Amino acid sequence: MNRSSLIAFSAAFFILAVWELLCRSLNIPDFILPAPVSILKVAIFRAPLLLPHAGVTALEILTGILISLAVAVPLSMVMFAYPSIEKAVAPFLVASQAIPVFAIAPLLVVWLGYGIASKVFMAAVIIFFPITVNLLEGFKSCDQEYRMLFQLMGARFFKTMRLLYWPWALPHFFAGLRVGVSVATIGAVIGEWVGAQKGLGYLMIQANARLKVDMVFAAILWLSVMGMMLWVFVGFLEKRVIKWK
Amino acid sequence: MLSVKNLSKSFNDHYILEDFNLTLPKNGFTVLIGPSGCGKSTLFDLLTCVVPIDRGDIFLFGERVPHLREKAAYMQQKDLLLPWFSLMDNALLPARITGADIDQSRKKALALFERLGIGGFENYMPGEISGGMRQRCALVRTLMFERDLVLLDEPLSALDAITRRSLQSLLLMLQKDFNKSILMITHDIEEALLLADELLVLTSPPMRIREQFTFNDEKPRNVNDPRLIEIKENVLSQLQKDMKNEPV
Repeated sequence: MNRSSLIAFSAAFFILAVWELLCRSLNIPDFILPAPVSILKVAIFRAPLLLPHAGVTALEILTGILISLAVAVPLSMVMFAYPSIEKAVAPFLVASQAIPVFAIAPLLVVWLGYGIASKVFMAAVIIFFPITVNLLEGFKSCDQEYRMLFQLMGARFFKTMRLLYWPWALPHFFAGLRVGVSVATIGAVIGEWVGAQKGLGYLMIQANARLKVDMVFAAILWLSVMGMMLWVFVGFLEKRVIKWK
Repeated sequence: MLSVKNLSKSFNDHYILEDFNLTLPKNGFTVLIGPSGCGKSTLFDLLTCVVPIDRGDIFLFGERVPHLREKAAYMQQKDLLLPWFSLMDNALLPARITGADIDQSRKKALALFERLGIGGFENYMPGEISGGMRQRCALVRTLMFERDLVLLDEPLSALDAITRRSLQSLLLMLQKDFNKSILMITHDIEEALLLADELLVLTSPPMRIREQFTFNDEKPRNVNDPRLIEIKENVLSQLQKDMKNEPV
Protein backbone atom coordinates (compact mmCIF):
# COMPACT_ATOMS: atom_id res chain seq x y z
CA MET A 1 0.00 0.00 0.00
CA ASN A 2 1.46 3.38 -1.00
CA ARG A 3 1.55 6.49 1.15
CA SER A 4 -1.49 8.20 -0.39
CA SER A 5 -3.64 5.07 -0.05
CA LEU A 6 -2.54 4.72 3.56
CA ILE A 7 -3.55 8.34 4.28
CA ALA A 8 -6.93 7.83 2.55
CA PHE A 9 -7.68 4.62 4.47
CA SER A 10 -6.54 6.14 7.77
CA ALA A 11 -8.73 9.22 7.22
CA ALA A 12 -11.77 7.06 6.31
CA PHE A 13 -11.18 4.79 9.29
CA PHE A 14 -10.85 7.79 11.63
CA ILE A 15 -14.11 9.39 10.41
CA LEU A 16 -16.02 6.09 10.67
CA ALA A 17 -14.60 5.41 14.13
CA VAL A 18 -15.65 8.86 15.38
CA TRP A 19 -19.11 8.39 13.81
CA GLU A 20 -19.50 4.95 15.44
CA LEU A 21 -18.35 6.25 18.82
CA LEU A 22 -20.70 9.25 18.71
CA CYS A 23 -23.69 7.07 17.76
CA ARG A 24 -22.98 4.64 20.59
CA SER A 25 -22.05 7.14 23.29
CA LEU A 26 -24.93 9.53 22.51
CA ASN A 27 -27.44 6.71 21.88
CA ILE A 28 -28.52 8.28 18.59
CA PRO A 29 -31.52 6.29 17.32
CA ASP A 30 -31.13 4.41 14.01
CA PHE A 31 -33.94 6.36 12.33
CA ILE A 32 -31.92 9.60 12.88
CA LEU A 33 -28.34 8.46 12.22
CA PRO A 34 -27.43 4.78 12.18
CA ALA A 35 -23.90 3.77 13.15
CA PRO A 36 -21.49 2.63 10.39
CA VAL A 37 -21.49 -0.97 11.68
CA SER A 38 -25.32 -1.10 11.47
CA ILE A 39 -25.21 0.32 7.92
CA LEU A 40 -22.59 -2.26 6.91
CA LYS A 41 -24.71 -5.05 8.35
CA VAL A 42 -27.77 -3.89 6.35
CA ALA A 43 -25.65 -3.46 3.20
CA ILE A 44 -24.35 -7.04 3.50
CA PHE A 45 -27.27 -8.99 5.00
CA ARG A 46 -29.96 -7.21 2.95
CA ALA A 47 -27.96 -7.71 -0.24
CA PRO A 48 -30.66 -9.94 -1.76
CA LEU A 49 -32.97 -6.90 -1.64
CA LEU A 50 -30.34 -4.32 -2.58
CA LEU A 51 -28.65 -6.20 -5.43
CA PRO A 52 -31.54 -6.27 -7.95
CA HIS A 53 -32.07 -2.52 -7.41
CA ALA A 54 -28.33 -1.90 -7.74
CA GLY A 55 -28.38 -3.92 -10.96
CA VAL A 56 -31.09 -1.67 -12.43
CA THR A 57 -29.20 1.50 -11.45
CA ALA A 58 -25.96 0.05 -12.84
CA LEU A 59 -27.73 -0.76 -16.12
CA GLU A 60 -29.04 2.82 -16.31
CA ILE A 61 -25.58 4.24 -15.66
CA LEU A 62 -23.77 1.97 -18.11
CA THR A 63 -26.33 2.57 -20.86
CA GLY A 64 -26.09 6.31 -20.14
CA ILE A 65 -22.30 6.14 -20.48
CA LEU A 66 -22.53 4.28 -23.80
CA ILE A 67 -25.10 6.70 -25.21
CA SER A 68 -23.16 9.76 -24.11
CA LEU A 69 -19.98 8.29 -25.64
CA ALA A 70 -21.82 7.58 -28.89
CA VAL A 71 -22.88 11.24 -29.08
CA ALA A 72 -19.92 13.01 -27.42
CA VAL A 73 -17.10 11.40 -29.45
CA PRO A 74 -18.40 12.18 -32.97
CA LEU A 75 -19.65 15.60 -31.85
CA SER A 76 -16.21 16.51 -30.46
CA MET A 77 -14.59 15.41 -33.71
CA VAL A 78 -17.03 17.43 -35.82
CA MET A 79 -16.62 20.51 -33.60
CA PHE A 80 -12.84 20.18 -33.89
CA ALA A 81 -12.93 19.76 -37.65
CA TYR A 82 -15.38 22.64 -38.13
CA PRO A 83 -14.84 25.50 -35.67
CA SER A 84 -17.97 27.21 -37.01
CA ILE A 85 -20.03 24.23 -35.78
CA GLU A 86 -18.26 24.46 -32.42
CA LYS A 87 -19.23 28.13 -32.17
CA ALA A 88 -22.83 27.29 -33.03
CA VAL A 89 -23.11 24.31 -30.66
CA ALA A 90 -21.12 25.69 -27.69
CA PRO A 91 -23.96 27.86 -26.28
CA PHE A 92 -26.30 24.85 -26.27
CA LEU A 93 -23.66 22.74 -24.54
CA VAL A 94 -23.20 25.35 -21.84
CA ALA A 95 -26.96 25.77 -21.50
CA SER A 96 -27.38 22.02 -21.07
CA GLN A 97 -25.16 22.26 -18.02
CA ALA A 98 -26.60 25.51 -16.68
CA ILE A 99 -30.01 23.90 -16.26
CA PRO A 100 -30.02 21.72 -13.11
CA VAL A 101 -30.84 18.12 -13.87
CA PHE A 102 -33.40 18.28 -11.02
CA ALA A 103 -35.35 20.81 -13.07
CA ILE A 104 -35.75 18.62 -16.11
CA ALA A 105 -36.13 15.30 -14.28
CA PRO A 106 -39.95 15.52 -13.86
CA LEU A 107 -40.33 16.49 -17.53
CA LEU A 108 -38.18 13.58 -18.67
CA VAL A 109 -40.29 11.19 -16.62
CA VAL A 110 -43.41 12.63 -18.28
CA TRP A 111 -41.88 12.38 -21.75
CA LEU A 112 -39.96 9.10 -21.45
CA GLY A 113 -42.01 7.31 -18.81
CA TYR A 114 -41.31 5.68 -15.47
CA GLY A 115 -39.12 3.01 -17.03
CA ILE A 116 -35.39 2.94 -17.56
CA ALA A 117 -35.34 5.41 -20.50
CA SER A 118 -35.74 8.63 -18.49
CA LYS A 119 -32.96 7.62 -16.05
CA VAL A 120 -30.63 6.58 -18.86
CA PHE A 121 -31.24 9.91 -20.56
CA MET A 122 -30.49 11.83 -17.37
CA ALA A 123 -27.28 9.91 -16.73
CA ALA A 124 -26.26 10.47 -20.36
CA VAL A 125 -26.92 14.22 -20.12
CA ILE A 126 -24.67 14.48 -17.07
CA ILE A 127 -21.84 12.38 -18.53
CA PHE A 128 -21.98 13.90 -21.99
CA PHE A 129 -20.60 17.35 -21.12
CA PRO A 130 -17.28 16.46 -19.44
CA ILE A 131 -16.48 13.92 -22.15
CA THR A 132 -17.27 16.29 -25.01
CA VAL A 133 -15.43 19.28 -23.56
CA ASN A 134 -12.37 17.30 -22.47
CA LEU A 135 -12.05 15.47 -25.77
CA LEU A 136 -12.40 18.68 -27.76
CA GLU A 137 -9.79 20.39 -25.58
CA GLY A 138 -7.56 17.33 -26.05
CA PHE A 139 -7.74 17.63 -29.84
CA LYS A 140 -7.07 21.36 -29.63
CA SER A 141 -4.09 20.91 -27.32
CA CYS A 142 -2.15 19.01 -29.99
CA ASP A 143 1.28 20.57 -30.44
CA GLN A 144 1.54 22.85 -33.49
CA GLU A 145 4.86 21.30 -34.51
CA TYR A 146 3.30 17.83 -34.74
CA ARG A 147 0.36 19.23 -36.72
CA MET A 148 2.84 20.84 -39.10
CA LEU A 149 4.76 17.58 -39.44
CA PHE A 150 1.58 15.81 -40.52
CA GLN A 151 0.71 18.62 -42.92
CA LEU A 152 4.16 18.37 -44.49
CA MET A 153 3.76 14.63 -44.82
CA GLY A 154 0.57 15.31 -46.76
CA ALA A 155 -1.75 13.66 -44.21
CA ARG A 156 -5.45 14.27 -44.71
CA PHE A 157 -7.83 15.00 -41.81
CA PHE A 158 -8.97 11.45 -41.00
CA LYS A 159 -5.44 10.02 -41.05
CA THR A 160 -4.23 12.89 -38.87
CA MET A 161 -7.20 12.27 -36.58
CA ARG A 162 -6.41 8.56 -36.28
CA LEU A 163 -2.63 8.75 -36.02
CA LEU A 164 -2.14 12.06 -34.18
CA TYR A 165 -5.15 13.82 -32.68
CA TRP A 166 -6.83 10.80 -31.09
CA PRO A 167 -3.74 9.40 -29.34
CA TRP A 168 -2.85 12.96 -28.31
CA ALA A 169 -6.31 13.57 -26.85
CA LEU A 170 -6.64 10.21 -25.08
CA PRO A 171 -5.43 11.47 -21.66
CA HIS A 172 -8.01 14.30 -21.89
CA PHE A 173 -10.69 11.84 -22.98
CA PHE A 174 -10.05 9.60 -20.00
CA ALA A 175 -10.00 12.60 -17.66
CA GLY A 176 -13.46 13.53 -18.98
CA LEU A 177 -14.67 9.95 -18.73
CA ARG A 178 -13.47 9.72 -15.12
CA VAL A 179 -15.43 12.87 -14.23
CA GLY A 180 -18.41 11.56 -16.21
CA VAL A 181 -18.61 8.15 -14.56
CA SER A 182 -18.16 9.63 -11.10
CA VAL A 183 -21.20 11.89 -11.55
CA ALA A 184 -23.22 9.42 -13.62
CA THR A 185 -24.86 7.98 -10.50
CA ILE A 186 -26.34 11.42 -9.76
CA GLY A 187 -28.33 11.46 -13.01
CA ALA A 188 -29.66 7.94 -12.59
CA VAL A 189 -30.61 8.36 -8.92
CA ILE A 190 -32.35 11.70 -9.48
CA GLY A 191 -34.40 10.06 -12.21
CA GLU A 192 -35.32 7.24 -9.85
CA TRP A 193 -36.29 9.68 -7.11
CA VAL A 194 -38.69 11.51 -9.40
CA GLY A 195 -40.43 8.44 -10.66
CA ALA A 196 -39.41 4.80 -10.84
CA GLN A 197 -40.35 1.31 -9.78
CA LYS A 198 -36.85 -0.07 -9.46
CA GLY A 199 -33.32 1.10 -8.68
CA LEU A 200 -31.36 2.27 -5.65
CA GLY A 201 -32.89 5.77 -5.86
CA TYR A 202 -36.37 4.26 -5.72
CA LEU A 203 -35.29 2.05 -2.78
CA MET A 204 -33.89 5.08 -0.94
CA ILE A 205 -37.19 6.99 -1.32
CA GLN A 206 -39.18 3.96 -0.12
CA ALA A 207 -36.86 3.32 2.84
CA ASN A 208 -36.78 6.99 3.81
CA ALA A 209 -40.58 7.11 3.90
CA ARG A 210 -40.52 4.19 6.38
CA LEU A 211 -37.73 5.83 8.47
CA LYS A 212 -35.39 2.96 7.55
CA VAL A 213 -32.44 5.30 7.47
CA ASP A 214 -29.95 2.43 7.72
CA MET A 215 -31.36 1.09 4.42
CA VAL A 216 -30.99 4.58 2.87
CA PHE A 217 -27.34 4.63 3.95
CA ALA A 218 -26.84 1.05 2.73
CA ALA A 219 -28.17 2.11 -0.70
CA ILE A 220 -25.80 5.10 -0.65
CA LEU A 221 -22.95 2.73 0.24
CA TRP A 222 -23.79 0.51 -2.73
CA LEU A 223 -23.98 3.57 -4.99
CA SER A 224 -20.56 4.71 -3.75
CA VAL A 225 -19.11 1.26 -4.39
CA MET A 226 -20.55 1.28 -7.91
CA GLY A 227 -19.14 4.76 -8.58
CA MET A 228 -15.73 3.74 -7.25
CA MET A 229 -15.72 0.55 -9.33
CA LEU A 230 -16.46 2.57 -12.45
CA TRP A 231 -13.71 5.03 -11.53
CA VAL A 232 -11.21 2.22 -10.95
CA PHE A 233 -12.26 0.49 -14.20
CA VAL A 234 -11.73 3.70 -16.20
CA GLY A 235 -8.33 4.11 -14.52
CA PHE A 236 -7.45 0.51 -15.42
CA LEU A 237 -8.59 1.07 -19.01
CA GLU A 238 -6.56 4.28 -19.18
CA LYS A 239 -3.41 2.49 -18.07
CA ARG A 240 -3.99 -0.29 -20.62
CA VAL A 241 -4.61 2.15 -23.49
CA ILE A 242 -2.12 4.91 -22.69
CA LYS A 243 0.99 2.83 -22.26
CA TRP A 244 3.45 5.55 -23.25
CA LYS A 245 2.75 7.83 -20.27
CA MET B 1 17.11 21.67 -58.57
CA LEU B 2 15.43 24.20 -56.28
CA SER B 3 15.25 27.80 -57.24
CA VAL B 4 13.70 30.59 -55.23
CA LYS B 5 13.13 33.92 -56.96
CA ASN B 6 12.27 37.27 -55.41
CA LEU B 7 10.71 35.69 -52.34
CA SER B 8 9.28 38.35 -50.04
CA LYS B 9 7.53 38.28 -46.70
CA SER B 10 6.70 41.07 -44.31
CA PHE B 11 5.14 41.12 -40.86
CA ASN B 12 3.55 44.41 -39.81
CA ASP B 13 5.19 46.28 -42.72
CA HIS B 14 8.58 44.98 -41.66
CA TYR B 15 10.25 42.88 -44.34
CA ILE B 16 11.84 39.65 -43.11
CA LEU B 17 12.66 38.64 -46.67
CA GLU B 18 12.67 41.03 -49.61
CA ASP B 19 13.36 39.73 -53.10
CA PHE B 20 15.34 36.81 -51.71
CA ASN B 21 16.94 34.54 -54.30
CA LEU B 22 18.40 31.10 -53.82
CA THR B 23 19.51 28.30 -56.11
CA LEU B 24 20.14 24.80 -54.88
CA PRO B 25 22.15 22.38 -57.05
CA LYS B 26 21.07 18.73 -57.41
CA ASN B 27 22.69 16.47 -54.82
CA GLY B 28 24.23 19.53 -53.23
CA PHE B 29 24.55 20.26 -49.52
CA THR B 30 23.69 23.91 -49.00
CA VAL B 31 23.98 25.37 -45.53
CA LEU B 32 22.40 28.63 -44.39
CA ILE B 33 24.00 30.46 -41.51
CA GLY B 34 23.00 33.85 -40.19
CA PRO B 35 22.31 35.90 -37.08
CA SER B 36 19.39 34.88 -34.85
CA GLY B 37 16.07 36.17 -36.14
CA CYS B 38 17.40 36.91 -39.61
CA GLY B 39 14.61 34.92 -41.25
CA LYS B 40 16.15 31.49 -41.87
CA SER B 41 13.27 29.59 -40.30
CA THR B 42 10.77 31.96 -41.95
CA LEU B 43 12.29 30.94 -45.27
CA PHE B 44 11.52 27.28 -44.44
CA ASP B 45 8.03 28.26 -43.29
CA LEU B 46 7.47 30.00 -46.62
CA LEU B 47 8.87 27.09 -48.61
CA THR B 48 6.58 24.65 -46.81
CA CYS B 49 3.59 27.02 -46.82
CA VAL B 50 3.31 27.15 -43.05
CA VAL B 51 3.29 30.92 -43.63
CA PRO B 52 1.88 32.32 -46.92
CA ILE B 53 4.27 34.02 -49.32
CA ASP B 54 3.70 37.74 -50.03
CA ARG B 55 5.32 37.45 -53.44
CA GLY B 56 7.95 35.47 -55.27
CA ASP B 57 8.27 32.14 -57.00
CA ILE B 58 9.50 28.67 -56.14
CA PHE B 59 10.77 26.37 -58.88
CA LEU B 60 11.48 22.69 -58.37
CA PHE B 61 13.23 20.91 -61.24
CA GLY B 62 12.38 23.94 -63.37
CA GLU B 63 8.67 23.68 -62.65
CA ARG B 64 6.92 26.44 -60.76
CA VAL B 65 5.32 25.10 -57.57
CA PRO B 66 3.24 26.94 -54.96
CA HIS B 67 5.21 25.37 -52.10
CA LEU B 68 7.34 22.36 -51.21
CA ARG B 69 4.81 20.68 -48.96
CA GLU B 70 4.55 17.01 -49.96
CA LYS B 71 7.55 17.56 -52.23
CA ALA B 72 10.36 17.85 -49.71
CA ALA B 73 11.24 15.89 -46.59
CA TYR B 74 11.58 18.06 -43.51
CA MET B 75 13.45 17.46 -40.30
CA GLN B 76 13.49 19.83 -37.39
CA GLN B 77 15.45 20.42 -34.21
CA LYS B 78 12.92 18.36 -32.27
CA ASP B 79 12.71 14.75 -33.37
CA LEU B 80 8.88 14.89 -33.21
CA LEU B 81 8.59 11.14 -32.73
CA LEU B 82 5.09 10.10 -31.67
CA PRO B 83 5.39 8.71 -28.13
CA TRP B 84 2.57 6.19 -28.65
CA PHE B 85 4.33 4.46 -31.54
CA SER B 86 7.42 2.26 -31.47
CA LEU B 87 10.44 3.45 -33.43
CA MET B 88 9.41 1.19 -36.32
CA ASP B 89 5.87 2.58 -36.37
CA ASN B 90 7.28 6.10 -36.30
CA ALA B 91 9.49 5.24 -39.26
CA LEU B 92 6.47 3.77 -41.07
CA LEU B 93 4.41 6.93 -40.59
CA PRO B 94 5.13 8.31 -44.09
CA ALA B 95 4.13 4.94 -45.58
CA ARG B 96 0.90 4.85 -43.58
CA ILE B 97 0.05 8.39 -44.65
CA THR B 98 0.86 7.95 -48.32
CA GLY B 99 -0.75 4.50 -48.43
CA ALA B 100 2.48 2.75 -49.49
CA ASP B 101 2.91 -1.00 -49.10
CA ILE B 102 3.61 -1.52 -45.39
CA ASP B 103 5.54 -4.80 -45.72
CA GLN B 104 7.93 -3.36 -48.27
CA SER B 105 8.28 -0.16 -46.28
CA ARG B 106 9.06 -2.23 -43.17
CA LYS B 107 11.88 -4.00 -45.00
CA LYS B 108 13.25 -0.68 -46.18
CA ALA B 109 12.97 0.80 -42.67
CA LEU B 110 14.75 -2.22 -41.16
CA ALA B 111 17.66 -1.68 -43.56
CA LEU B 112 17.77 2.01 -42.65
CA PHE B 113 17.71 1.23 -38.91
CA GLU B 114 20.77 -0.97 -39.45
CA ARG B 115 22.46 1.62 -41.64
CA LEU B 116 21.94 4.42 -39.16
CA GLY B 117 23.18 2.36 -36.24
CA ILE B 118 19.91 1.73 -34.41
CA GLY B 119 19.29 -1.80 -35.64
CA GLY B 120 17.64 -3.93 -32.96
CA PHE B 121 15.83 -0.97 -31.42
CA GLU B 122 12.85 -1.04 -33.80
CA ASN B 123 10.38 -2.13 -31.13
CA TYR B 124 11.55 0.35 -28.49
CA MET B 125 9.34 3.29 -27.61
CA PRO B 126 10.76 6.82 -28.09
CA GLY B 127 10.75 7.38 -24.33
CA GLU B 128 13.08 4.43 -23.82
CA ILE B 129 16.04 5.65 -25.90
CA SER B 130 18.55 8.52 -25.92
CA GLY B 131 18.17 11.84 -27.74
CA GLY B 132 20.76 10.83 -30.34
CA MET B 133 18.93 7.60 -31.13
CA ARG B 134 15.64 9.45 -31.36
CA GLN B 135 17.19 11.85 -33.86
CA ARG B 136 18.52 8.89 -35.87
CA CYS B 137 15.01 7.47 -35.92
CA ALA B 138 13.70 10.86 -37.09
CA LEU B 139 16.30 10.66 -39.85
CA VAL B 140 15.02 7.20 -40.83
CA ARG B 141 11.52 8.66 -41.01
CA THR B 142 12.82 11.53 -43.15
CA LEU B 143 14.47 9.04 -45.52
CA MET B 144 11.29 6.98 -45.73
CA PHE B 145 9.69 9.87 -47.61
CA GLU B 146 11.66 9.11 -50.76
CA ARG B 147 11.80 12.78 -51.60
CA ASP B 148 14.84 14.19 -53.38
CA LEU B 149 14.96 17.41 -51.44
CA VAL B 150 15.54 17.43 -47.68
CA LEU B 151 15.07 20.54 -45.54
CA LEU B 152 16.91 20.39 -42.23
CA ASP B 153 16.13 23.06 -39.63
CA GLU B 154 18.91 22.83 -37.04
CA PRO B 155 18.43 19.08 -36.77
CA LEU B 156 21.44 18.50 -34.52
CA SER B 157 21.39 21.58 -32.30
CA ALA B 158 19.83 19.82 -29.30
CA LEU B 159 22.45 17.06 -29.21
CA ASP B 160 25.71 16.69 -27.33
CA ALA B 161 29.02 17.14 -29.20
CA ILE B 162 29.81 13.43 -29.68
CA THR B 163 26.33 12.46 -30.87
CA ARG B 164 26.31 15.51 -33.10
CA ARG B 165 29.58 14.46 -34.74
CA SER B 166 28.29 10.98 -35.49
CA LEU B 167 25.02 12.35 -36.91
CA GLN B 168 26.95 14.79 -39.08
CA SER B 169 28.55 11.73 -40.73
CA LEU B 170 25.07 10.32 -41.25
CA LEU B 171 23.96 13.54 -42.94
CA LEU B 172 26.90 13.26 -45.32
CA MET B 173 25.89 9.67 -46.00
CA LEU B 174 22.35 10.90 -46.64
CA GLN B 175 23.65 13.20 -49.35
CA LYS B 176 26.14 10.80 -50.91
CA ASP B 177 24.51 7.37 -50.70
CA PHE B 178 20.89 8.42 -51.03
CA ASN B 179 21.48 11.16 -53.61
CA LYS B 180 19.56 13.75 -51.64
CA SER B 181 19.78 17.49 -52.13
CA ILE B 182 19.99 19.10 -48.74
CA LEU B 183 19.20 22.60 -47.53
CA MET B 184 20.17 22.98 -43.89
CA ILE B 185 19.95 25.76 -41.34
CA THR B 186 22.51 25.79 -38.56
CA HIS B 187 24.02 28.12 -35.99
CA ASP B 188 27.17 26.07 -35.72
CA ILE B 189 29.88 27.41 -38.05
CA GLU B 190 32.10 24.34 -37.67
CA GLU B 191 29.19 22.08 -38.56
CA ALA B 192 28.49 24.23 -41.62
CA LEU B 193 32.14 24.04 -42.69
CA LEU B 194 32.23 20.26 -42.26
CA LEU B 195 29.06 19.57 -44.21
CA ALA B 196 28.48 22.28 -46.78
CA ASP B 197 29.15 22.22 -50.49
CA GLU B 198 27.83 25.73 -50.44
CA LEU B 199 27.74 27.94 -47.39
CA LEU B 200 25.49 30.98 -47.53
CA VAL B 201 26.06 33.67 -44.92
CA LEU B 202 22.87 35.64 -44.44
CA THR B 203 22.20 39.20 -43.29
CA SER B 204 19.78 40.53 -40.70
CA PRO B 205 16.25 41.28 -41.99
CA PRO B 206 15.44 41.82 -44.73
CA MET B 207 17.42 38.61 -45.20
CA ARG B 208 19.85 38.51 -48.09
CA ILE B 209 22.89 36.43 -48.97
CA ARG B 210 25.85 38.42 -47.69
CA GLU B 211 28.48 36.00 -48.91
CA GLN B 212 28.65 32.61 -50.54
CA PHE B 213 31.44 30.06 -50.05
CA THR B 214 31.75 27.09 -52.37
CA PHE B 215 33.69 24.02 -51.29
CA ASN B 216 34.89 21.55 -53.85
CA ASP B 217 37.13 19.47 -51.61
CA GLU B 218 36.36 15.94 -50.40
CA LYS B 219 34.39 15.25 -47.23
CA PRO B 220 34.81 14.53 -44.36
CA ARG B 221 36.90 17.64 -43.77
CA ASN B 222 39.25 18.60 -41.01
CA VAL B 223 38.12 21.63 -39.03
CA ASN B 224 41.76 22.44 -38.34
CA ASP B 225 42.41 23.00 -42.04
CA PRO B 226 43.94 26.55 -42.23
CA ARG B 227 41.57 27.48 -45.08
CA LEU B 228 38.51 26.46 -43.07
CA ILE B 229 39.82 28.33 -40.02
CA GLU B 230 40.19 31.42 -42.18
CA ILE B 231 36.65 31.09 -43.53
CA LYS B 232 35.35 30.48 -39.99
CA GLU B 233 36.96 33.72 -38.77
CA ASN B 234 35.57 35.54 -41.78
CA VAL B 235 32.03 34.25 -41.20
CA LEU B 236 32.24 34.96 -37.48
CA SER B 237 33.31 38.54 -38.04
CA GLN B 238 30.45 39.04 -40.51
CA LEU B 239 27.92 37.65 -38.05
CA GLN B 240 29.36 39.80 -35.26
CA LYS B 241 29.04 42.88 -37.45
CA ASP B 242 25.39 42.07 -37.96
CA MET B 243 24.86 41.63 -34.23
CA LYS B 244 26.45 45.03 -33.54
CA ASN B 245 24.05 46.62 -36.00
CA GLU B 246 21.04 45.16 -34.19
CA PRO B 247 18.96 47.70 -32.30
CA VAL B 248 19.37 47.42 -28.52
